[in-house]
Amino acid sequence: MELARTGARRPRGRAVPAALAIGVVLLAAGCVPGTDGSGAAGAGTGAATAIPDPAKAGKTTLTVWDQEIRGGTNGEIQQLNREFERKYPNVRIKRVARSFTDLKTTLKLAVSGNHPPDVIQANQGYPDMVAFVRAGLLAPLDNYAGIYDWNTRYPATLLNLNRVSADGDDFGRGRLYGISQTGEYIGLYYNKGVLKRAGLQPPRTWGEFTDGLARLKDRGELPIQFGNLDKYPAIHTFGVLHDQLGAAGARDTVLGRGDGFDNAATKDAAATLADWAKRGYLPGGANGLGYDDAAKKFASGDGAYLLTGTWQLADLKKPMGDRLGIMPPPPAKAGGDPVTTGGQGLAWSITSRSRHPEVAAAYLDFLTDAHAADVMTRHGVLPAVPARAAAGVSPDSVDGQMIAGWKRLSAADGLVPYLDYSTPTFYDTLSAALQGVVSGKTSPDSFAATLQKDYGAFMKKQREQHTSAGPR
Amino acid sequence: MRLAALTRAYRRRAPGEPRAIGYLYILPALIVYAVFLLYPFGQSVWLSFVNWDGLTVATPAGFDNYRALFTDASLRAPFLHALLLLLFYAALPVAIGLLLAAVMSRARVRGMTFFRTVLFLPQVLALIVVGVAWRSILAPDGLLNDALRAVGLGGLARPWLGDYTWALPAVGVVGTWVGTGLCMVLFLAGAQRIPRELYEAARMDGAGPLREFRTVTLPGLRPQIAVALTLTIVAGLRNFDLIYITTGGGPGNATSVPAYEVYHRAFETNQVGSAAAVGVALTVLIFVLTVTVSRLVEGRRA
Repeated sequence: MELARTGARRPRGRAVPAALAIGVVLLAAGCVPGTDGSGAAGAGTGAATAIPDPAKAGKTTLTVWDQEIRGGTNGEIQQLNREFERKYPNVRIKRVARSFTDLKTTLKLAVSGNHPPDVIQANQGYPDMVAFVRAGLLAPLDNYAGIYDWNTRYPATLLNLNRVSADGDDFGRGRLYGISQTGEYIGLYYNKGVLKRAGLQPPRTWGEFTDGLARLKDRGELPIQFGNLDKYPAIHTFGVLHDQLGAAGARDTVLGRGDGFDNAATKDAAATLADWAKRGYLPGGANGLGYDDAAKKFASGDGAYLLTGTWQLADLKKPMGDRLGIMPPPPAKAGGDPVTTGGQGLAWSITSRSRHPEVAAAYLDFLTDAHAADVMTRHGVLPAVPARAAAGVSPDSVDGQMIAGWKRLSAADGLVPYLDYSTPTFYDTLSAALQGVVSGKTSPDSFAATLQKDYGAFMKKQREQHTSAGPR
Repeated sequence: MRLAALTRAYRRRAPGEPRAIGYLYILPALIVYAVFLLYPFGQSVWLSFVNWDGLTVATPAGFDNYRALFTDASLRAPFLHALLLLLFYAALPVAIGLLLAAVMSRARVRGMTFFRTVLFLPQVLALIVVGVAWRSILAPDGLLNDALRAVGLGGLARPWLGDYTWALPAVGVVGTWVGTGLCMVLFLAGAQRIPRELYEAARMDGAGPLREFRTVTLPGLRPQIAVALTLTIVAGLRNFDLIYITTGGGPGNATSVPAYEVYHRAFETNQVGSAAAVGVALTVLIFVLTVTVSRLVEGRRA
C-alpha cells in the first residue's frame, strides 16, 4: 500500500504554469486571431458580367459543404449533383454533408482556413451569415442575381433574408450573399380523424380554430400537441400567435426597423400561450417533452393539431397517411390572407476565396432553377419557387395542401422571418423566456421586458456602430 | 579501479533519486502531452484575454472576460449549478458506493458477480446513450412517471427535465447512477486489501459492524476514496454530454453548466474569448478541488 502512494508526486501542477507561460508568450508576440475583413469592403457586388460557362472552366473540383442529410433533401441534392456533373463532365463535385449542428461547429474553421470550400450553406441571421460577411468570407452575388434573373425568380421577402448591408452590420438589406433552394413555413397540421370525432371541420378562420380548442378539450382530446424540451419549438408556436396580432410589425422588428417587443402584440401573444398551457390545450409538462417525441405522439393520434414546420411533413405522412392535413394558420376572416412564421432553407453561398466563383455561381443557379424545383417536388421537398411538377401534385393530398399554402403565403407576402434572427443572442433570450411563459413562471409583462432588453441593447449598439462609421 | 569509478558515479546521486536519463524515457509522452494538451491550453488562456467572434480580428479584452464571470449572472449561475451537481456526481456516488461495498464485502450475496456487473454497467456505456435513455425515462409519460402512477403516487409525477425546480436534481440523479458503480468497484477492490487480522482484532475488542466500518474499513479505504472523489469531481465538473442531450441547459437556464457554456459561447453565439475564460476558470476550479481532495482525504502534502 505504502509503495503505491510514494512517487509520482512532484510533477503535479507544473502543467498549468507551463501553459500559462505559453499563453503569455503568445500574447506578447502579438499574434491576433482572425482575418481583418479586408475582403468585405473592396469586393463590390461580384465579378461576372455574362452568364458563366462552367464547360470552359477546364478540369474543376467544386467543394460543397451542406447540411441536407434528411431523406428528401439528401436525395434531391444527390440527384442534382449527378445531373450537374453529367452536364459539365469537366466539373467534379466534392460534397461534404453534415448535420446542421455539426456543420455549425466546423464551418467557421473551414471557411476561415486557407482552403475554404467553394460553396457552403450559411444559416441566415447575425451569428452565422452576418459574421461571415463581416469577416469578408462570402462573395456578394448581386451580379449573378442580375445575370440569372434571381431577382425576379424569388419574392423580395425571401431574397432579403439572404442580404447583409455592405458594412456587414445589418441583416435583411444590402448585398445578396446567398440563395436558398427550399421554402418552409410553420403550418397547422391536423389529424382529420380526431377532428371528426369531436365533430369539427378543419378551421377556416383563426376564431374557428381557437373556439374548437375548448370543444376538443371537453371531448377528452388533446387540442394541440407540443413538446418544448428542446427549447426552440416554442419560438415557432409563439411566432404564429405573434403574427396573428401584428405580422407587419413583427417583420419590421426582426429586420431591425420596428418598435421592438415592448408592445401589446408581444404581451397578448405570450398571454395566449400561457393561457393555452393553463387550460390544458397544450400537453401538461410540455417543457419536459422532446420535439420529436411530440411529433411521434401526434402521428400516433394523440393531439388534434400540431403547429410546426413543413420540414416535418415527410415524417408525419408516413405513419398517418390520409388522416394528415396541413394548412397555413387560418386567417382572421375566411378567405383572407394568411400570415405565419417562415422563410427558406439555409442559403447557398460562395466563399470569397473560392478559385472557381463562376462554376460555383452556375451550380447555385442549377440548384435553384425550375428543373431543380421539379426534382425537389418529386422528392417531397417544398421548393422556394414551385415549378411545373408542383402543379401536378393532387391538391387533396397533404403535399398538395402544403404547396397550395406556400403559394398563398407567397402571394399575400404573409411570411414573417423567424424571431430569433432579431439579435445575435435572441435565440437564447427568446427560447429561455418562452419556457418560462409555458410553465407559467414568467408573466407576459416580464417576458416582453426580457425580450426588449436584449433587443434594445442590440439596437443601441447598431446605432452607435452606424454613427461611428459615418454615413455610407 | 573500474569498480571504484562506478561506485563514485553511483554515489553522486542520493539513493533512490532518479537518474537524468529518466526524462528521456518520458520525452515521447511529454511531447504528445505538450502538443495536444499544454499548447491548446495555452492558446485558450491567450484567447481568454481577447474579444473574438471566431472570424474577424480579435481585440484585446484585458481581464473583462474574467470580470464577467463574477459580475454576469448568466455566467455565475452555471458555476453554481456545477457545484450543486457535485453533490450528485461526487458525494452521493462515494457514499452509496461505500455502503454497497460494506454490505457486499460482509454478507455473502448469491449472484454477487451479476450485481457487481449490473452496477458497473453505466460506466461502460457512452454518456450519449445514458443521456438518451434517461431522457425517455424522465419524459412526462416516461418510465419514472408511469411507475409513480402505478403505485398511486401520480401526484408526484412531473415533467422532470422541464421543471424549473426538479430539472437540476433529475440530471444529478443520472450522474449518481453513472458514478456509483465505479466507486463501488474501487472500494470493493480496496476492501479486499485490508488485512483480515484488523477485522479480527476489532471483533475481539467487541466492535459491532458499524464501529468496524468506522475504525477499519473507512481508514483502510482512504486512498480509494480519494481516487473516487477525484475521478467523480472531474467527471462532474466537465459534464457536457448529459446536459447537451437531456435539457440543453433548460428549462430557462436552470441546468446550464460551465462545460456546456463553453460550447455554447464558442460555437453558437460567437463569443470565443468569453468561452475560453469559462474554460480556464473551470480548469482552475477542477485543479483546486482535486488538490484539496488529495490533501484532505488522502493526506498528501503537495
